[in-house]
Amino acid sequence: MADPTKNKDRLPPEVRAEALESLLAERGLIKSEVLDGFINRMVNDVGPMNGAKVVAKAWVDGDYRAQLLADGTGAIKELGFAGPQGEHIVVVENSDDVHNVVVCTLCSCYPWPVLGLPPEWYKDPAYRSRMVREPRTLLSEMGLDLDDGVDVRVWDSSAENRYLVLPQRPEGTEDLSEDDLAALVTRDAMVGVAKVSAG
Amino acid sequence: MALTLDIEGPAAPPRLNGELVFDAPWEGRSFAMAMALVEGGHFTWDDFRDHLIAAVQRWESDPVGEYRYYERWQEALESIVEERAIVSEPEVDALAAAYAARPPGHDHGDHDHHHDHHHHDH
Repeated sequence: MADPTKNKDRLPPEVRAEALESLLAERGLIKSEVLDGFINRMVNDVGPMNGAKVVAKAWVDGDYRAQLLADGTGAIKELGFAGPQGEHIVVVENSDDVHNVVVCTLCSCYPWPVLGLPPEWYKDPAYRSRMVREPRTLLSEMGLDLDDGVDVRVWDSSAENRYLVLPQRPEGTEDLSEDDLAALVTRDAMVGVAKVSAG
Repeated sequence: MALTLDIEGPAAPPRLNGELVFDAPWEGRSFAMAMALVEGGHFTWDDFRDHLIAAVQRWESDPVGEYRYYERWQEALESIVEERAIVSEPEVDALAAAYAARPPGHDHGDHDHHHDHHHHDH
């Protein structure tokens, strides 16, 4: 039974957000059209398709790959992806022996310029706590079974570092173009809860 | 509300990513308010993040109901604007209460702009 006093004054978030927007607009601090623009940008222009292009380029261009691993933010910016939450992107590379997976245990830190906004499950308390405690079990529940010999590394994103996983290029994709490769790369693979499959 | 994703074409996200960014219009408004205030120099993302972490931890220390990320986001936004003396909590409470008391039929959940609503309190 919920404590009846706890949220008694708390009106639903939709009216609270509406009220706050009105008050901020009255004070000239925000404009409705500007908010529309931000929403539109996050929904339509920024998303995992950006990260997919980064990954595909790293797969076909060894120099770019080295640069990406050395300076994630800089190499990503070179492809035109920058902005809020993209200041300190660290790219971690999967191999036959190492599988990387990303979490933000405290809130929802996530590299927006390359992945957009995080999905629901990434922000969920269960994911945030279990990925640290029992990554193999949770990955398996999410559909990714890893061999016992694979070293699982869990990276906790924060204000200082936001991680992006460079997944392994799937076998049988030697003849694909960079664009075709990018189309294979999923958001989940770049968070590290899935692998990229050849299609 | 145009919260749609291109499923095909050059701007389409990779497959398996087809979930909406915001589940409800107010979530997008709340998100964008934080972006606008950061851009306006009223606080930094790191400052906001501290409030978001605190709001998440308040819920986790005494979970009531289902975890709703953007409710915590909205709570963090209210707490940082209160802290920075931009908008006080009683002001938000009062106006939110007035909005909540609107007669049925003034459903504010399904449209883009609430500013063009006219309220009849009699």
